[in-house]
Amino acid sequence: MGELFRSEEMTLAQLFLQSEAAYCCVSELGEIGLVQFRDLNPDVNLFQRKYVNEVRRCEEMDRKLRFVEKEIKQVNIPIVDTGENPEVPFPRDMIDLEATFEKLEIELKEINTNQEALKKNFLELTELKHILRRTQQFFDEMEDPSLLEESSILLEPHEINRGAALRLGFVAGVIGRERIPNFERMLWRVCRGNVFLRQAEIEDPLEDPTTGNQVHKSVFIIFFQGDQLKNRVKKICEGFRATLYPCPETPQERKEMVAGVNVRIDDLQMVLNQTEDHRQRVLQAAAKTIRVWFIKVRKMKAIYHTLNLCNIDVTQKCLIAEAWCPVADLDSIQFALRRGTEKSGSTVPSILNTMQTKQTPPTYNKTNKFTSGFQNIVDAYGIGNYREMNPAPYTVITFPFLFAVMFGDIGHGVLMALGALFLVVRERRLMAQKTDNEMFSMMFAGRYIILMMGIFSIYTGAIYNDCFSKSLNIYGSSWSVRPMFNHEVGGNWTEDILRGNRLLQLDPKVVGVFSGPYPIGIDPIWNFASNKLTFLNSFKMKMSVILGVIHMLFGVSLSLFNHLYFHKPLNIYMGFIPEVIFLSSLFGYLIFMIFYKWVQYDVNMSKDAPSILITFINMFLFNYSDTTNKPLYKGQMILQSLLVILALACVPCMLIVKPLIIRRQYLRQKNLAAEDFGVTVSNGPTDDEAEIIRHDQLSQHTEEEPEFDFADMAVHQAIHTIEYCLGCISNTASYLRLWALSLAHAQLSEVLWTMVMHTGLSSSSYGGFIGLAIVFFFFAILTVAILLIMEGLSAFLHALRLHWVEFQNKFYVGQGFKFLPFNFEGILNGRPEE
Amino acid sequence: MPSLLFCGPKMAACGIVISIWGVIMLAMLGIFFSTKSAVLIEDVPFTDKDIQEDANPPQRIYNLYNQVGINCFIAAAIYVVVGAVSLCQVRLNKRQEYMVT
Repeated sequence: MGELFRSEEMTLAQLFLQSEAAYCCVSELGEIGLVQFRDLNPDVNLFQRKYVNEVRRCEEMDRKLRFVEKEIKQVNIPIVDTGENPEVPFPRDMIDLEATFEKLEIELKEINTNQEALKKNFLELTELKHILRRTQQFFDEMEDPSLLEESSILLEPHEINRGAALRLGFVAGVIGRERIPNFERMLWRVCRGNVFLRQAEIEDPLEDPTTGNQVHKSVFIIFFQGDQLKNRVKKICEGFRATLYPCPETPQERKEMVAGVNVRIDDLQMVLNQTEDHRQRVLQAAAKTIRVWFIKVRKMKAIYHTLNLCNIDVTQKCLIAEAWCPVADLDSIQFALRRGTEKSGSTVPSILNTMQTKQTPPTYNKTNKFTSGFQNIVDAYGIGNYREMNPAPYTVITFPFLFAVMFGDIGHGVLMALGALFLVVRERRLMAQKTDNEMFSMMFAGRYIILMMGIFSIYTGAIYNDCFSKSLNIYGSSWSVRPMFNHEVGGNWTEDILRGNRLLQLDPKVVGVFSGPYPIGIDPIWNFASNKLTFLNSFKMKMSVILGVIHMLFGVSLSLFNHLYFHKPLNIYMGFIPEVIFLSSLFGYLIFMIFYKWVQYDVNMSKDAPSILITFINMFLFNYSDTTNKPLYKGQMILQSLLVILALACVPCMLIVKPLIIRRQYLRQKNLAAEDFGVTVSNGPTDDEAEIIRHDQLSQHTEEEPEFDFADMAVHQAIHTIEYCLGCISNTASYLRLWALSLAHAQLSEVLWTMVMHTGLSSSSYGGFIGLAIVFFFFAILTVAILLIMEGLSAFLHALRLHWVEFQNKFYVGQGFKFLPFNFEGILNGRPEE
Repeated sequence: MPSLLFCGPKMAACGIVISIWGVIMLAMLGIFFSTKSAVLIEDVPFTDKDIQEDANPPQRIYNLYNQVGINCFIAAAIYVVVGAVSLCQVRLNKRQEYMVT
């Protein structure tokens, strides 16, 4: 169980990998994912490392696969994800893979260029077809006798003959539709109105072969006279990127050409279809295996990348790697190494050799799917120091609990728990779906936290007796109105009083009105009492202070285990003990007073009950002459004065005494070291130690024993002390957010009920059910949006803050660095590392 | 045949969730109103007249309670229908998914 409360024990190990077995061994280590390799050649440039060539080849393969993937995605073929985990291919299979990908890429590129050329051809033919069809219309119109007659009216008869005799030249072509107006204007200006332009739109859009976009185009035909104009017109057409097509002059030739073009289009269409089919087939075949290929290539790349971190032995026979590994998993690492050696067929086993080091190991907290969410909450604040108390196991309980204190409502808790339960039950299916929705994946990662929060909210909701802001009267309220009318037991209500007053006060002093507390939670009668808020505020405020002080005391006591574990007795005597005394003699006493007042005062004495707040303030002022605030018990003055003095005495203990003791210890040690100096030199470092020192120098973060600086230490201690003492006060106040947020939640849900649900329920006609059904819909939407999501998020944030600031700063340093093992998991999930 | 499908899979799922919630909550409210739960008195549309001019108190208020309760039951029934329609939509959506692939 020790592993749960602290991070794993780590050790630095040297791995001697036979060069022929190294690849397989590293791949096996990647599969188990328990080893973090250290870079042994930090001063060697990336390009000078041994396996650069292989890494580069893998990158090239990766590039080809990405190209294929892009092509697959373009035609919307789904990539098959069977979830299988392919083994790492042997290095000798790399050539095969390379050849496969090379072939695939070349084939695809060839298909693409062919397809492009065919499409271009096809486009030209279609355009030609349209030109022929349209120009036919123009020529038909020209020869239309009715039009001819119309023009003959305007012209002199002999001029008609001249016009008919004159041969007009023409060019026909296709131009983008948006260019037409400019084109027309330019033609007019340049040719001074001496050309005649006819144009017609092509209805269906054409596909641009290079970009694949749909473009709208128009057919035009320009009539002109003379060669000079012809040249000009052609230049303009060129400038506007219009494509010109030869158009025969006689109708007969045109007809033949149309027929020819149609036949060619049909042929081309067939060829195009076949090319497309072929492309689809190639891509579909690729889509089936591309995921496996990706994983294989990326695994290989990761392995070579890791091998680059290793040191090469002088004999070139073996690679030396250094890695952090958890002590508890050394066996499985050994086993993986053996498997790797067997697989590679090597006869010499790989050796794992644990080393001693002074470096701080990385922090590795083993988690499962339930605890990982809570560990993430802790890690978001700071990765714990190596072997420090891990707050995560306590967070599993305290986090949902503090959340629920702010979110107490049975109805909302049930909804939240059911939602999270859905995610938990279907987690396999949802995990397989791999949605990219960031909001959803965040919710999904925290599904167990949400489930716990929901369940705890049901519990606190039962305590607050709130279900969608209504109380549940399960056991029957213990307040009764009837005795108030009975004059024998002291009741003073009469019919007249009932008529004359809107508000009546139940008097618990009257026998039978109050018959003991409700079995669990708040009595439902408070739900329609007018002084409900006054009562609940007092209760919730006291509750938050009690919970807060207990939470903080718990945090302080966890620091004891840290001091015990790291063998720092001084921190216990001069740190932990004064801290506990300080906190419990001030705020622990406050809790005592709260409970004392709850227990000690009953209905008959409640008039004399002192205010705890005033008593607490007076305690600090040593003011016991206040007559309006009676003492809680006899001897209060002595006890309270003692407690205050005790608490104040703790401050100099931490502030002054501790630094002085540390200084004396340091001075004594220095003297001792000076005496022993000769002995240590004569011992001399052994060979092993020398080796380690050499390796430690390789690492970037070598740790040296810091120089002892008294002023520095004293200032640090002063800051710590002041932070703690002032923190105790401000943190206790900070826990009042539990009260504030739970009040806000209760009020908001009550407002929602009265503003929305109430209007639906309180219709006095029998047709109200339609309104009720509609109103309920809005009630449901608003409940989820405002109360569950918005309020839930705010309660979550406040619970987070209470853990990070108020709880963890009592014992958690959080300045370690995370254990990042070499594993293939990220590659499997489709996230390339780095 | 005209398709009866008029909402997408997410909308249909949302409809099912809301109608399950609606049926449970409105039916519970109906029961509580029929048993004249005191906590719900604020939601009963009574006036001063109902208290003062009642010949046989608190019969008029009880009648109002019953009426609101019946409204709740009918609204719950409406949500049963909504839920059934949503369920059909989910089925249709699923079938269409199969037909496409």
